[in-house]
Amino acid sequence: MGPQIHTDKVYEAELARLRERLLEMGGKVEAGMVAAVRALTERDSALAERVKEQDREVNRMEVEIDEMCRRLLALRQPAASDLRFITTALKIVVDLERMGDLAVNVAERALQLNQSPPVKPIHDLGPLAELSYGQLEKALDAFVERDVHKAEEVIQGDDVLDALYLKVFNELLTYMMEDSRVVRRATNVMFAAKQLERFGDHAINVAEMVVYMVRGTDVRHPHSREVPPIT
Amino acid sequence: MSPAYEAAMNMEPAPENRLFADAGPDRPAGTATGAPRAAGGVEPKLRVRDLNAWYGSNHALRHVSLTVPPRSVMAAIGPSGCGKSTFLRCLNRMHELVPGARAEGTLLIDGQDLLGRDVDPVSLRRRVGMVFQRPNPFPTMSIRDNVAAGLKLNRIGGNHDEIVERTLKQAALWDEVKDRLGASALSLSGGQQQRLCIARALAVEPEVLLMDEPASALDPIATAKIEDLIHELKERYTIVIVTHNMQQAARVSDQTAFFYMGELVEVGPTERIFTNPGEQRTEDYVTGKFG
Repeated sequence: MGPQIHTDKVYEAELARLRERLLEMGGKVEAGMVAAVRALTERDSALAERVKEQDREVNRMEVEIDEMCRRLLALRQPAASDLRFITTALKIVVDLERMGDLAVNVAERALQLNQSPPVKPIHDLGPLAELSYGQLEKALDAFVERDVHKAEEVIQGDDVLDALYLKVFNELLTYMMEDSRVVRRATNVMFAAKQLERFGDHAINVAEMVVYMVRGTDVRHPHSREVPPIT
Repeated sequence: MSPAYEAAMNMEPAPENRLFADAGPDRPAGTATGAPRAAGGVEPKLRVRDLNAWYGSNHALRHVSLTVPPRSVMAAIGPSGCGKSTFLRCLNRMHELVPGARAEGTLLIDGQDLLGRDVDPVSLRRRVGMVFQRPNPFPTMSIRDNVAAGLKLNRIGGNHDEIVERTLKQAALWDEVKDRLGASALSLSGGQQQRLCIARALAVEPEVLLMDEPASALDPIATAKIEDLIHELKERYTIVIVTHNMQQAARVSDQTAFFYMGELVEVGPTERIFTNPGEQRTEDYVTGKFG
């Protein structure tokens, strides 16, 4: 008796459908952020508008996936790995929806920036952006493949992401100190960079839930657990 | 098996054939074996060690070892034919009543061996009571006489009316029957009959209560009453329940034991078994991936 499918094939199909919809949503969120950054770097306002438009679909999917999870909990009384999968879905859908909003924020900065001349160091967003959506992509892969090792790589990637964000932050700060006329534009870029850093943070939340889903151990907030609760 | 037959099996003296073969003649009944303490320092109420059971040549239960802490509920789950009911019936030596059946192993209650050859199965069943799948009150007896039946059989003295009232209260049935104790037990609903059978089992003050699918013949409300009752009873008794209903096991038990093909696959805290079991076969069963 190895890993098997559910005896109830309808249940099996419902779980598979939930998994598919989550992945679709994750794919849309990733594509949204990629497009938002492109709208910024390539000064493409039409693309930025499309990012805003497509986020509505992400929002709709959040509601739909929540409903699927509630239905499964109520009608199937899932246990063990099924229960962990569904509770994981309920948690990561919140992160994914928020990540969609972050892409919209970047798109809105792009619309602002596209109205004035380009800021010079904008290309420096590249490595931060690549790592940021790379984190989500890897977290989603870990989710599909039930790969704890991959999820842990995502969690460990946070330090690199923070370092890249700090680098962009410092560059922009220096730039603003040199020329006060770019403060407004550079602040917009800085804001976009912050959205990318947060995007990566949400990818870590997703990865942490993947570890829980696969192993049943909660790896969130390791440092908080060392502190005794306040009585 | 008819309800009357099951009731009779529960109450009547067992045949003399002694089937627990490993209880040798040099092992007197009720010998304390100095069993080590369970984790957490609580001495287990029930300790089962290397229990095996057969129906003829069919080895139905294989090398089962586990412990049940006092005043707790253990649920035995598993697919049909997995051995969970056989396990339950070994615990009060009802298994040996089946023609051709035998069992071997060690069963200790409070460290006392109950499978010694001098142990009278009837007095064992006074310590280890049983409730069956279908309510099986004695059909010709009144409600009062049903509860008192075990007292009479075991020649237990005292004020039977007081005992009847106390146990009917413990079984959460008193308020519903106090004005008609002389009525036939069959005038009660299925759920009330089952609680009557629980009261009958409790009247002789057992230490361990075995329940074999006690709510499977009942509607959801009657089931909820039985489950609520189990929560109350575990304040005083150690309970082992066999159930096909996994949600029921999850709701009522502290520990869950998963049986498959005669083996105890896994036993552990119920929450862990239903959220993160250690064995793949348990995982497959609780998520519905069998067959």
